[in-house]
Amino acid sequence: MADPLDRIEATAAALALVRQLAATHGPLCFHLSGGCCDGSAPMCFAVGEFKLGQRDVLLGHVDGHEFWIGGDQWERWQHTTITLDVVPGRGASFSLEIPEGVRFLIRSQLCVVPPA
Amino acid sequence: MRYDRPNTPGSKVQYRSRYDNFIGGEYVRPRQERYFENLSPVTGKAFCEVARSSAEDIELALDAAHGAKVAWGKTPAAERANLLNKLADLMEANLEMLAVSETWDNGKPVRETLAADLPLAIDHFRYFAGCIRAEEGSMAELDALTVAYHVKEPLGVVGQIIPWNFPLLMAAWKLAPALAAGNCVVLKPAEQTPATILLFAELAAKVLPPGVLNVVNGFGIEAGKPLASNRRIAKIAFTGETTTGRLIMQYASENLIPVTLELGGKSPNVFFADVMAHDDDFRQKALEGFGMFALNQGEVCTCPSRALIDKQIYGTFLELAIERAKASQPGDPLDTDTRVGAQASNDQLEKILSYIDIGKQEGAKVRLGGERVRLGGDLAGGYYVAPTVFEGHNKMRVFQEEIFGPVVSVATFDGFDDAISQANDTLYGLGAGVWTRDFHTAFQAGRAIEAGRVWTNCYHLYPAHAAFGGYKHSGIGRENHKMMLDHYQQTKNLLVSYDPKPMGFF
Repeated sequence: MADPLDRIEATAAALALVRQLAATHGPLCFHLSGGCCDGSAPMCFAVGEFKLGQRDVLLGHVDGHEFWIGGDQWERWQHTTITLDVVPGRGASFSLEIPEGVRFLIRSQLCVVPPA
Repeated sequence: MRYDRPNTPGSKVQYRSRYDNFIGGEYVRPRQERYFENLSPVTGKAFCEVARSSAEDIELALDAAHGAKVAWGKTPAAERANLLNKLADLMEANLEMLAVSETWDNGKPVRETLAADLPLAIDHFRYFAGCIRAEEGSMAELDALTVAYHVKEPLGVVGQIIPWNFPLLMAAWKLAPALAAGNCVVLKPAEQTPATILLFAELAAKVLPPGVLNVVNGFGIEAGKPLASNRRIAKIAFTGETTTGRLIMQYASENLIPVTLELGGKSPNVFFADVMAHDDDFRQKALEGFGMFALNQGEVCTCPSRALIDKQIYGTFLELAIERAKASQPGDPLDTDTRVGAQASNDQLEKILSYIDIGKQEGAKVRLGGERVRLGGDLAGGYYVAPTVFEGHNKMRVFQEEIFGPVVSVATFDGFDDAISQANDTLYGLGAGVWTRDFHTAFQAGRAIEAGRVWTNCYHLYPAHAAFGGYKHSGIGRENHKMMLDHYQQTKNLLVSYDPKPMGFF
């Protein structure tokens, strides 16, 4: 699938972790969460684990793996590009990297939004 | 005063070096014999190991729960209530021990665990003990010889996944109604905060029959998923974020079971101009209400993280509010004078800092804080953030996303309609605050804000018997109130004819 938005980048550390997880779990799918606790954090699943919905928006690919965000959330994020990073930490949620003692994290940069 | 560090000679808390799962009233080793290190965010150091469970351990817990469910479901309500009251008494007798443990496990100040987490959790069991005693079914006379009886029955065995921000209190919010209603529970605590719930389970085992409460620790994908997607649970309850909330609903849809979800918010705290009309107690109360964003280091689903201030009072109010908020600075969480403790984990700390960064990039002005705080001694490895006040506008990301840190974003509004419009311009609808001396404004604002709980001239009170739950993306169900019993019960209708004659239809 083409990346019409192309808003996602990744740090070297995040890429290395993505490759490690993909070697174990196969193709991956990221979905950016919202809300409480571990909200606003990226969730990493094996493809097919998380059912994408009609309103989810594909932000781009990380090392070939799709990165999605909820459509409503995207409306509030669209003036930023995001970089996938990883930090040490014991995050909660069903994200695949958690047993490794690290957690994916989003860093954001402002970008120019094309007029609608 | 300062409480001694757990596992030191004078401490109220002595942890085991390793914790197994609590299944069927006793500790049971995880089948794969794997454990993970549990860190204290106070110091960043590990203080015990906890079971890293897998699907086999969830099955063991479900075996125990299913083994206990018939007897527990048939235990008279009076007896279940009696046991829940005894459990509350045991918690009260061990209040300091549980409070200090909760502080060590989560990072929150002991001032809060002593005054809020523990007393509220204890009261929650007493509240639902009372509710279940008072509960009645119903009877409807449909005609002279036909009667419909409605009888409540437990669901059986339910799954509960607990967040890390109020580990014991959120467990109590879910356990008390489930147990009161006659269900057996398999509970998975959050990975960051598994310890206090195990100490609680040890107490619970003194009063509850084996198998009624089972605690299985581990990671979401390894232990949470086999629980949430299990065909042997009759319901799943979850508090957390929206992607996992959707995943939980997806798993539940495969088994056609109900869910309750609490998924957070971005709560507006609205200050109308008349709060400043007099220099009195009420003005101070409103300023205190602004400062509540730092409660529990902002790790609250209803953190009042968007302060909306009437433009007529904006400058003066904000100056006074910031002055008051300055008094809340991070310190040793085990010191009873400390108001702000440690963030619950390193990744949480990093996420908060990433939001402070994007807020600055978006042009929000830092009026207070805006940085990590490095404390000395053994706190040097802990995760501390200075309470932070941003000024900006409601379209900025720091106004739209739950940061889950001690960060408030402040904007101004022009008139009632603008206040409501900004308050409702969010994906979420869990909590909100309204501050005014005018009861017309108070009522109308409270009704107009799309949120499940509108604190009016107060904030961050969580008494049992006041329903708590979300509008919009904030979740499904209402906790903290007897109506939660309905989420843990079936309704059995017996439709009975007392007419001995045939209907004459066939």
